[in-house]
Amino acid sequence: MRKKRIISAAVVAVLTVACLYVLQRLVVPKYQRGIVEGSMVEEYYRDESPHEVVFIGDCEVYENFSTIEMWRNYGITSYIRGSAQQLVWQSYYLLEDTLRYETPKVVVFNVLALKYNEPQNEAYNRMSIDGMKWSEAKIDNIKASMTKEESFIDYVFPLLRYHSRWSELTEDDFKHIFSKDLVTHNGYYMRVDTKPQGEFPSPLPLADYTLGEKAMGYLQKMADLCKENGIELVLIKAPTEYPHWYDEWDVQVKAFAEKNGLNYINYIPLQEEIGLDMSKDTYDAGLHLNTQGAEKMADYFGRWLKDNYDLTDYREDEKIAGIWKEKIDFYDEMKEQQFYELNKYGELKSFGANAIEK
Amino acid sequence: MLFTSIEFIAFLALVFLLYYVLPKKCQWPLLLIFSYAFYWIADPRYIIFILVTTVSAYLITLKLAAINTASSEYISAHKELAKEEKKAYKAAMKAKKWRWLLLCLFINIGILAVTKYTNFVIGNINSFLDGESKIKAVDMIIPMGISFYTFQTVGYVIDVYRGKQEVQRNPFKLALFVSFFPQLVQGPISRYGEMSKTLFSEHRFSGKVFSFGMMRILWGYFKKVVIADRLITAVTVLVGDTKLYTGSYVFVAMLFYAFELYCDFTGGIDITIGIGEAMGIRLPENFNLPYFSKNIKEYWNRWHITMGTWFTDYIFYPISVCGPMLKISKWSRKHLGEFIGKRVPVYLSSFAVWFTTGIWHGAAWNFIVWGLMNFVVIMISQELEPLYARFHEKFKVRGRVPYEVFQVIRTVLLMSAIRMFDCYRNVPLTFKMVGTMFTEFNPQIIFDGSLLKLGLGAADYIVLAAGFIIVLGVSLVKLKLVSVREALYERPAILYFGAMALLLVATLLFGAYGVGYDSSQFIYNQF
Repeated sequence: MRKKRIISAAVVAVLTVACLYVLQRLVVPKYQRGIVEGSMVEEYYRDESPHEVVFIGDCEVYENFSTIEMWRNYGITSYIRGSAQQLVWQSYYLLEDTLRYETPKVVVFNVLALKYNEPQNEAYNRMSIDGMKWSEAKIDNIKASMTKEESFIDYVFPLLRYHSRWSELTEDDFKHIFSKDLVTHNGYYMRVDTKPQGEFPSPLPLADYTLGEKAMGYLQKMADLCKENGIELVLIKAPTEYPHWYDEWDVQVKAFAEKNGLNYINYIPLQEEIGLDMSKDTYDAGLHLNTQGAEKMADYFGRWLKDNYDLTDYREDEKIAGIWKEKIDFYDEMKEQQFYELNKYGELKSFGANAIEK
Repeated sequence: MLFTSIEFIAFLALVFLLYYVLPKKCQWPLLLIFSYAFYWIADPRYIIFILVTTVSAYLITLKLAAINTASSEYISAHKELAKEEKKAYKAAMKAKKWRWLLLCLFINIGILAVTKYTNFVIGNINSFLDGESKIKAVDMIIPMGISFYTFQTVGYVIDVYRGKQEVQRNPFKLALFVSFFPQLVQGPISRYGEMSKTLFSEHRFSGKVFSFGMMRILWGYFKKVVIADRLITAVTVLVGDTKLYTGSYVFVAMLFYAFELYCDFTGGIDITIGIGEAMGIRLPENFNLPYFSKNIKEYWNRWHITMGTWFTDYIFYPISVCGPMLKISKWSRKHLGEFIGKRVPVYLSSFAVWFTTGIWHGAAWNFIVWGLMNFVVIMISQELEPLYARFHEKFKVRGRVPYEVFQVIRTVLLMSAIRMFDCYRNVPLTFKMVGTMFTEFNPQIIFDGSLLKLGLGAADYIVLAAGFIIVLGVSLVKLKLVSVREALYERPAILYFGAMALLLVATLLFGAYGVGYDSSQFIYNQF
């Protein structure tokens, strides 16, 4: 009798754990449509080809550089490890995480995130961190990123965080319970629509222009980590003008780059040289580039990378080229589909933040 | 550390593990260490207060016990004493004990009064003062669970004073009785005699005992996290805008709050008792299906039972039989007649009990008026008893199901209406809002979707309805059987453990906790 009870308890325990696991998979947001940014970080692990260039940063990298265009034009294998409002320490830990799998020749970091010195927003944290595989880097990332309302255990058991989604589950939640579709092109988020740049509000004067200690500290750690691993770190400021990038910040980043022997390029004044026309090359009134703009940016930046670093042209490598052929097909297919929707409806229906989840 | 926090669950897991892994003689000392750790985590300053209570109770009860022993020894050694001499000696000893008891009450009730009621008194004085002459409120810390552990400790001291309870000579054991962590948050108010039987004894791990405790804990969490913490959203909205939410909205708020409070308080007590049970420690039951009571008196015998019996034993009876009250009784019978005269002491004692009950719940007039409303209703019911008897003579409805259902609904509605003082926390406003139930006719809000604008969606109402059915179902089973768990335990083990698993999964999935919810504090934690 006692043995039977123990066996029953064990069976129920196993079934309960299995049930909780499935429920957890079910309620965790899938980020397959609409807000897809939450899918970006985890997609990296599915890419089997090596990357000589890795971008890390926020939307100013994953929306402004077409990785496919860099491949097409220069045979550069790149990946963007970016997510929405990705903070500097999140970028640092993503870099640490990346180094567990490969050692790129060049790491490109977009400096806009330096303006944040404290954890900002739980939703963005989750989108940036949830997709990471478990490692020391992820644990440290969580600890560095948590806002006051968050707790570590919610990252360990996402069911505790997302359980309230049970009443808003969509078809996508069931469909993608164990497998997800790719939403980016090696981390690049495609938008082909256009919304010309308008007037930006005048930048407000700040009480203190000094970039935060924590943010700069992590930038230093990033520089040191790259140095230790023989990686060239390139600092960039994407060409988009809003949110405003203050000259005072620029000076500090320049000084940092100089001190650490790094390249730093602010692309805002180079819009014309890149060939950007912000009445055509942005999809959200100048905040981010559209695909046309991102391809121009990729072409310009790819050439600079090629000229300055010893990068391999992998187009001649059959195996790698085969993998990238599939990426190009996926890229072109999505582009075609987006243009189709744009022509038919005048706007994107199944792409972009307003796309309704099935 | 909230019961609903992950930290507490980890804390509890550690306690359970060590409790059964370490040698049995370490069990109660371990609980003492963890109880103080629990208190320390809440706020290290609280330790001072609980230590003062423990030390004062320990020393004074030793003194009382010494007097008791010396007194008995003296009497048995001096058999030659005349009856009058013995009486005089006993009276002298009693007076001596009384002084020690007074000292203990002065210290402990004093701490309680100063920490909880100083600002209330200041506020009341200020209402008579002008601008600059107003007294500044004091920044006072109120130690967690002070009302509970003070009453529990004072009860023990009075029992020793009365000679009903053997003194505990081990200060650490007494410290554990005072500070046992599961009941620090919201009771129950245990009696030393009962609790000590299992608190200090050694317990071997028993699968049945442990799983019974775990099931009770899960049941408590289900009620608290799935139902109470979900309902609080709507209740907060409803009582937050007294201009918009009138009439039927007040009725809805009344019912919601009744269900919320029930699930919150009984849920918390289930967790507490379940923790004790899982370690073989028996804590007193605090509820016995209160919403099945047929009248308000019965309700108070079933709701917060340990508080009710505490007030009866340590306030009502002592006041009823104290010297001044006997004099008042004698005087009133002589001057006001038998009918009124015999009621005066009962009324005065009951008034004292309900006034204290009210103010014990909170340092505010709404709680005092709430307590006194209970007093008024109970007294009226008592006075109307002859009328009820005549009614039942004429109409043979007593014992019939429809009439009993009517009685139950009447009691629930009456108690829920009185409880609105707790909701609105403002006496005139509560009268006004409850009044709108009768002056404003807007029952359509129950069906026209207005209830979906209270912070709860349709899915929440489905969960609440399911929760209500489950709680009602379990209550009905309890009404027929002694224990739902025993009944389940008799069935195939897979069903028994399956029920536990369902509770766990339902709580984790449907619970109103985590980011976006911030209502996990227990309502009774503030008392």
